[in-house]
Amino acid sequence: MKQRVLELVFRILFLIAALASILAVILICIFLFANGFPPMAEIGVFDFLFGMDWSPVDVPPSFGIFPMIVGSLYVTAGAIIIGVPIGILTAVFMAKFCPKRLYRPLKPAVELLAGIPSIVYGFFGMVVLVPLVRELFDSKGASILTASILLGIMILPTIIGVSESAIRAVPNSYYEGALALGASHERSVFFVMLPAAKSGIMAGIVLGIGRAIGETMAVMMVAGNQARMPDSILEGVRTLTANIVMEMGYAADLHREALIATAVVLFVFILIINLCFSLLKRRMK
Amino acid sequence: MEKFKIENLDLYYGNFQALKNINLNLEANKITAFIGPSGCGKSTLLKSLNRMNDLVEGCSITGNVLLDGEDIYGDMDVNHLRKRVGMVFQKANPFPMSIYDNIAFGPRTHGVRGKARLNEIVEKSLRDAAIWDEVKDRLKKSALGLSGGQQQRLCIARALAVDPEVILLDEPTSALDPISTSKIEDLLLSLKNNYTIIIVTHNMQQAGRVSDKTAFFLLGEVVEFDDTLKIFNNPSERRTEDYITGRFG
Ligand SMILES: Nc1ncnc2c1ncn2[C@@H]1O[C@H](COP(=O)(O)OP(=O)(O)OP(=O)(O)O)[C@@H](O)[C@H]1O
Ligand SMILES: [Mg+2]
Repeated sequence: MKQRVLELVFRILFLIAALASILAVILICIFLFANGFPPMAEIGVFDFLFGMDWSPVDVPPSFGIFPMIVGSLYVTAGAIIIGVPIGILTAVFMAKFCPKRLYRPLKPAVELLAGIPSIVYGFFGMVVLVPLVRELFDSKGASILTASILLGIMILPTIIGVSESAIRAVPNSYYEGALALGASHERSVFFVMLPAAKSGIMAGIVLGIGRAIGETMAVMMVAGNQARMPDSILEGVRTLTANIVMEMGYAADLHREALIATAVVLFVFILIINLCFSLLKRRMK
Repeated sequence: MEKFKIENLDLYYGNFQALKNINLNLEANKITAFIGPSGCGKSTLLKSLNRMNDLVEGCSITGNVLLDGEDIYGDMDVNHLRKRVGMVFQKANPFPMSIYDNIAFGPRTHGVRGKARLNEIVEKSLRDAAIWDEVKDRLKKSALGLSGGQQQRLCIARALAVDPEVILLDEPTSALDPISTSKIEDLLLSLKNNYTIIIVTHNMQQAGRVSDKTAFFLLGEVVEFDDTLKIFNNPSERRTEDYITGRFG
């Protein structure tokens, strides 16, 4: 009897815990969409999404976030171009080539990379990357390129972690099968194991994209934050996240609401990315 | 003509001696069966013939294994050895790619380029493995969609595609139904004119049906090695007879 009651209590407890996270998601959705759609309608959805000019305090004001959408996409794409090859190769190395003696320090080092607060990454970017890019390319320094490099480093642990476990999950029988045909270790790993881990690796990349597009602090510290269309990767950009953080403090009325609408756009991006992630995960099985 | 000559072979997994002083001559263009109770070292010996034991940590070997007179543990390139000595595993292990790419993987590994040449090899291998008719319309489909028996024949075709001299099979039919099994047995008989075949099996009837020579293993030793007919009808050793008549293991 007592056992049964206890069981029931725990079940309810678990249910509440599970409901809490669902509730949080639902509340965030309602809050975002309820507050974000009216200003979008007021500004005009097309003018808001594809407007080139963001001058919220001019008279009359202009709320076009297209440069920021492009900015977010550019730095994310840059991060992928830099982070994905390095990340995958590192994962392959750790799973299939790394001697045990080296693995022992390497694994925690990669995990530590994931735990560093983004403000610290931002400082690293400001102090090391910005001057470096300024010197090398004779430019302003704070730019798409700089932000891409920094984000590329920041998504490394995600990509490495997920890819490594995906590669480790590939049955050893594939590897043995390839060796038994006379393939070298390298060929077996790159042409049999890696393709077999493809869905898992893609999932890692998608998670990395999510991380990159949502990153705020570090990007803001190295991207320059000019709210206009960039002509080259050596120019500064402002991302959606930076736009919100930089202006939320003093924005009022429609300006403030337009920032919430910016968050809606960001949220939709994240939704799309998560959808891709779930699809990939389903395909993995 | 002997293909493999095994001389005084001892094999240790760490401190455990899994093979004890093995001496065997395996003849070309014959099918040799390895039989014996579980854990007696059949797979271990098979894997020493294409050096798959190299993957096992702590595995050490003394003695000689000569392939056409050349020591495979000497200067021979191990990848080249494995091209010459193919292997089919107990559990079919097609790669998670198309049927075509499964077969073409080996030839591509060994430098075969050109679509026409690859097409030719793929078709010939699949025909030789008696599976061509079943898969010819779905070559671009994933190999994982095949049945267990088809997957095993695909693995045999994949092994044939690199044009080996020897084919090692470790209980290739233990997971298959009787029809798939008899297909694979027929296949082995049809292949033996061109290849040297060594098969591990727990199925006495199978050993009797397909093999020319049989080696009986017990606790890491070869108890008796002779013509299959002799082993099954008139073995010299009491222990062999006990095992074959089922009074043992
Ligand atoms: N990787 C390994 N590490 C340590 N010991 C091993 C290893 N592989 C096999 N052995 C041992 O070596 C002995 C021979 O094993 P082997 O796999 O060759 O037997 P087998 O005759 O193929 O048996 P089965 O019929 O069950 O497949 C066994 O005692 C086994 O426990
Ligand atoms: Mg075995």
